[in-house]
Amino acid sequence: MSPRGRLIVFLLGGAGFAVLFVLGTVHLPDFGGTWHPYGERTVSNAVARHTPNVISSINFDQRAFDTLGEELILMASALAAVVVLRGVRAEQEETAGAHEYGPAEVFDALRITGYLLLPITLVAGVYIVAHGSLSPGGGFQGGIVLGSAIHLVYLAGDYPALARIRPIPVFESGEAVAAGAFVLLALAAAGQVTAMNAAVGAEVGCAVVLVLAKFFEQALLVRTSS
Amino acid sequence: MADAVIVAALLLTAFMATAVVFTRDPACQAIVLSAYGLVLGILFVVLQAPDVAMSQVAVGTVVVPLIVILAIHAIRRHHTHSPGDES
Repeated sequence: MSPRGRLIVFLLGGAGFAVLFVLGTVHLPDFGGTWHPYGERTVSNAVARHTPNVISSINFDQRAFDTLGEELILMASALAAVVVLRGVRAEQEETAGAHEYGPAEVFDALRITGYLLLPITLVAGVYIVAHGSLSPGGGFQGGIVLGSAIHLVYLAGDYPALARIRPIPVFESGEAVAAGAFVLLALAAAGQVTAMNAAVGAEVGCAVVLVLAKFFEQALLVRTSS
Repeated sequence: MADAVIVAALLLTAFMATAVVFTRDPACQAIVLSAYGLVLGILFVVLQAPDVAMSQVAVGTVVVPLIVILAIHAIRRHHTHSPGDES
């Protein structure tokens, strides 16, 4: 496509976005105002259910069905990444133990930081998941913290160590089981905030680990066979 | 006072977003993107959305830059090593 054609397509898209954006925001309540029509309804609903955390009440009770959609979107994207990045026939994977794949030039201070941060981050992730029904946080945030915390092992050690502590089949099954549990909870028992947080935390954590594992494999292990 | 903090957070976000755009090397850009994610998290905290801020910090400063770095590394590896070549 010529630069001129691209500019025309961009201008059309930008104009459409501008129109939709203005239409969508023109009737919003003023910024910083104390009254909001949606807030009035959801907060009174949440208070009527004696919830300690209105955000959790909205996510996992009043709009549990929306959250279900979001979780399935995440699962679909993780699945897509795993499928797209699988080893194709022209590529072969080197086994993780055969070579040293440690971060080659990592300062000792960074390794020690990784060691020290790993347990703290794991505990923080569990706390964010478990305490999400009471304080800011929840399954999604805690799940991402947990899923990414495992990769501190790579920072502190090397790739074989990381590969040993996150066996892919376990996380694949965990992802599927947690997603199934969340679907059941959302359809049958919406409002069980703690249980739903736990399911979401497990599902998101497994999804993050799986996606990052595929990227690690692409970056470190897969090479095109001649 | 509260308005001043919001304006400062918005200006910082705009500055960091511009910095991301003007960083041309992809690997450096991933690091700047990580810093931008942190600033965006601060903006969400200032706007009283701690839940969103937590998601933003976890995804925007850790997961996305890490994926970008790994992707860049994979591309460089595929380009610099001829097929069958080790080391």
